[in-house]
Amino acid sequence: MTEGEPLIRWDWIASHLDEFAFRLGEHVELTVIAVGVGFVIAFALSLLILRAPRTEGPITAVTGTMYTIPSLALFALLIPYTGLTVVTAEIGLVSYTLLILVRNIVRGIRGVPADVREAAVGMGYAPREVLWRIELPLALAVIIAGVRLATISTIGLVTVTSLIGQGGFGFLILIGIQRFFTTELIAGAVLSVALAILADALLVLLQRRLTPWARAA
Amino acid sequence: MEFRDVSKRYAGQLAVDQLSFKVPAGRICVLVGPSGSGKTTSLKMVNRLIEPTGGSILIDGRDVLREEPTALRRRIGYVIQQVGLFPHQTIAENVGTVPRLLGWPKERIAARTEQLLALVGLEPSRFALRYPAQLSGGERQRVGVARALAAEPPVMLMDEPFGAVDPIVRDRLQNEFLRIQRDQGTTVLFVTHDIDEAIKLGDRVAVMRGGKLVQYAPPAELLAHPVNAFVAEFVGSDRGLKRLVLLTVGGVDLDTTVARAAVSPNAPILSPASTLRDALVRMLASEAQVGIVVDRDRYLGVLTLSTIGRMIRDDT
Ligand SMILES: Nc1ncnc2c1ncn2[C@@H]1O[C@H](COP(=O)(O)OP(=O)(O)OP(=O)(O)O)[C@@H](O)[C@H]1O
Ligand SMILES: [Mg+2]
Repeated sequence: MTEGEPLIRWDWIASHLDEFAFRLGEHVELTVIAVGVGFVIAFALSLLILRAPRTEGPITAVTGTMYTIPSLALFALLIPYTGLTVVTAEIGLVSYTLLILVRNIVRGIRGVPADVREAAVGMGYAPREVLWRIELPLALAVIIAGVRLATISTIGLVTVTSLIGQGGFGFLILIGIQRFFTTELIAGAVLSVALAILADALLVLLQRRLTPWARAA
Repeated sequence: MEFRDVSKRYAGQLAVDQLSFKVPAGRICVLVGPSGSGKTTSLKMVNRLIEPTGGSILIDGRDVLREEPTALRRRIGYVIQQVGLFPHQTIAENVGTVPRLLGWPKERIAARTEQLLALVGLEPSRFALRYPAQLSGGERQRVGVARALAAEPPVMLMDEPFGAVDPIVRDRLQNEFLRIQRDQGTTVLFVTHDIDEAIKLGDRVAVMRGGKLVQYAPPAELLAHPVNAFVAEFVGSDRGLKRLVLLTVGGVDLDTTVARAAVSPNAPILSPASTLRDALVRMLASEAQVGIVVDRDRYLGVLTLSTIGRMIRDDT
């Protein structure tokens, strides 16, 4: 920060709204792809765990390990293969969502009361119908709670992927640090947090919409 | 419906041991017995929620093990012990479950749902759009029964369906259920551990103990001739009194030698269709030695306390 310069230069902010909008699009895209792809993979893994419970240990071990690898180290490992690309960023982001998503999908479906499942089977629901019409709707609240966590943490992590050139608001933070320009740094951080809060609120609304029975009680 | 040497073994322990009995079509068979005697297990083997370790179960002469499970289950009404309503579906959706699975048209499902809710005493306009969490335990149990009846199944399995309702509502539901069952000619396997319920509802009563069938008989015979001390104790030392539920005023000898005018004015007026138990209660309550039996306006005679006493003692 240069001597005498204010912490935040509002005129700079006012003149960079276009850039913010562009970075917002980038940030949202990286996040949506990561959580979307992560969900599909996690869903498949969860079904595997539910059908063959002995796979739970290994799957939890692998996704848990992925979760603990420092993100920078993971990117450094991937760059020789996939370069400074969206693919590299997404591999990292997706692998961080898996632990949370798998845990919540499995927990949600296992949490369906046994009597409800038994009634469904006993009335003649086919196994696939039990999953789609009974178990998933009833697990929805727990599953969406997992999606909320995964989304918030992905939005935070996207600021790190700016280091490999895929950053959304993280790009602002990175440049701000490099240029000792607090306005840009703070703008990037605040926007990233605001996006996380907004995304979380939208998911809460979605959950309320999808589970009307939960409010009826 | 027929059980042939049906057994179920759990980790070396027999939960059901060589069970054999027949339920005639259109009749109610009640399984009674203490907790853990294998009632629920027996019931669930009929719709294949549990696969028997040995033996076979026939419905209409066909072995259930040869049938496709989901198709089989859609033809069998099922009321589970813990009710098991779907929390995310409205009461109407819950009741419409099997018709929906069978692909009935929407209007027919809606009409049937409304009819059934009314039948079990739940005002459709008040209850149809509620969720199960917004109902009392007893109301939920009634929805469970309505749901099982929805597609007019020829066979019903009911596991303590009236366990959570108060005695007055239970009595009404039992009567309602009997009416529906007679109407539709449903064959019913009904589990309870309430011997009074078994006597009231059962055409046959199967007493179970430790997975074995101890006695299988019509209720009157069970009360008159328990095969051993266990059954005698299970049906209760007041089994003579219990038998009064099974007998009607019109079914016993009345004293026709007494003129109606000669009977004390506080004697209750009884109809031939009422049970001896009701007659006894009313006679005791009015401190009369007799009851006046009247069929519509026709005087039939008087029922005396000593006649009732003879029926209580009579073991034949
Ligand atoms: N899945 C299971 N694994 C092992 N044992 C079981 C299992 N299910 C039931 N049992 C045993 O089988 C026996 C019969 O159980 P069942 O549920 O049929 O009893 P019940 O007569 O319905 O009792 P209640 O009146 O308490 O409902 C019990 O001893 C029970 O512990
Ligand atoms: Mg039971």
